[in-house]
Amino acid sequence: MTINEKQDEIIEEFDLFDDLLDKTQYIIDLGKKLPPMPEAQKNDENRIMGCQSKVWVDAELKDDKLYFYGDSEPTAQISKGLVGLLIRVLSGEKPEDIANADLYFIPRVGMGNLITSLRAGGLASMIERMKAFGRAYTEKSHS
Amino acid sequence: MQPAIDNTLDIQRIRQDFPILDQEINGRPLVYFDNAATNQKPLSVINALTRYYEGYNANIHRGIHHLAEQATAAFEASRRAVQEFLNAKHWQEIIFTYGTTDGINLVAQSYGRHFLKAGDEIIISTMEHHSNIVPWQMLCEEKGCILKVIPINDEGELLLDEYEKLLSEKTKFVSCVHISNSLGTINPVKFIIDKAHEVGAVVLIDGAQASSHLELDVQALDADFYVLSAHKLYGPTGMGVLYGKKEILDAMPPYRGGGEMIKEVTFAKTTYSDLPYKFEAGTPNIADVIAVKTALEYMAGLGKENIAAHENDLLQYATEQLNELDGLRIIGQAKDKIGVISFVLDGIHHQDIGVILDQQGIAVRTGHHCTMPLMQRLGIAGTTRASFAVYNTRYEVDRLVQGLRRVQKMML
Repeated sequence: MTINEKQDEIIEEFDLFDDLLDKTQYIIDLGKKLPPMPEAQKNDENRIMGCQSKVWVDAELKDDKLYFYGDSEPTAQISKGLVGLLIRVLSGEKPEDIANADLYFIPRVGMGNLITSLRAGGLASMIERMKAFGRAYTEKSHS
Repeated sequence: MQPAIDNTLDIQRIRQDFPILDQEINGRPLVYFDNAATNQKPLSVINALTRYYEGYNANIHRGIHHLAEQATAAFEASRRAVQEFLNAKHWQEIIFTYGTTDGINLVAQSYGRHFLKAGDEIIISTMEHHSNIVPWQMLCEEKGCILKVIPINDEGELLLDEYEKLLSEKTKFVSCVHISNSLGTINPVKFIIDKAHEVGAVVLIDGAQASSHLELDVQALDADFYVLSAHKLYGPTGMGVLYGKKEILDAMPPYRGGGEMIKEVTFAKTTYSDLPYKFEAGTPNIADVIAVKTALEYMAGLGKENIAAHENDLLQYATEQLNELDGLRIIGQAKDKIGVISFVLDGIHHQDIGVILDQQGIAVRTGHHCTMPLMQRLGIAGTTRASFAVYNTRYEVDRLVQGLRRVQKMML
């Protein structure tokens, strides 16, 4: 499935919920399903700055594709769910596709204030980190 | 905490004075519990701003025309209203600023730079807002002064015996918050001032939170400086007051240059205006200064003691109701506090609490509340804070409790 196909799938899933709280519950549940990140990877290098809560993202290249790992401090479940959503969209894709991805699903899942408020604080930083991984591995593969 | 007192305020009628409250957020009626950050404005204040811009917008003091005279009169009437509000001895002791932070910076940069020297000690407290920490740190860095900090107990009260131990002939300045924005603690500022005066220190009190909750009397307190922000007493944002004793303000050099603060300028030399104008450089926030008089009149009309009684009732009710929630811990349990409740919920990040409450139409503040050293002392990253104003109701407290139950259901 392409990045855009995954985004469309997520938009459809969120369309099933009328209520903002139900959408948030869905994000929280996605976070709960995210496999825990090894403690060793939860270091300053992988920490996303700009989040009110502690969030870490790491990536590795396998068979020319980037796979992401992410986690948050245990209490910050919405942040963890958002990391989970981004991983679902971007993980397993080619670095170049990740670097150039247009993440249009974020304004279209109808999360209103949640996305707006978190975007300023941390969501944009998470996206930027993941795209930076994409750019870095794209350059490596071209060098 | 004071006991609940029956009072005569008709809160439902008062709510009609605040048009902003009559709206839905995310499909649910707004509950506004972020009053410690800023409270909402009554129609009379909003109308005062409009009247100025529609009717007599002009620059003040130097204009010869009718509108300028009208604006100047309204501006200076506001100064007299603030003088009365604070019970200041002289109208010249009322300096208009951009807010509490601006007032503290004015004192640090003018009084501090002029009168303090290397080795002098400045005392603040653990529960200070950053705006009553950073200006003094900047001054200490520049002048070589030493910053000392009054510790607190686990209830969020100042340790006054420790404060007395910090005081010495080296203490030249004490700057302390009247009411903690994070905890609601009412500090015994009269005691703090008196003890500081015994060693010859000058005292500034940060009244940002206190001004809308307590009766203020700067003469009775014997405060050397008292600072506040209009937007926390039902007035406009970007406008505040620095009160200072006349003899101290007279001795202080101007802080900013330009405009109203001059008497005469030549390229050889400038002479400065008298108080209060020497500290009011440039065109001030005229409309907002004028509107603060209306805000003070609004509060006086309700009666500050009635407002305090209502807020205390909400504090007591909310404390009881919130204590019913499993895993909720109130941070700051001082004996003397106002209607501010900071709390943590086991296993749930404060940011998540804030987001999910917002989705239910409930506005609270989350985070460190610009008191990071206090949070470090308490061993927490932040809290969720509900803070009350005159227009809040017990029903809204019930909404908060229900909202938190929903948060727990979703997260745990």
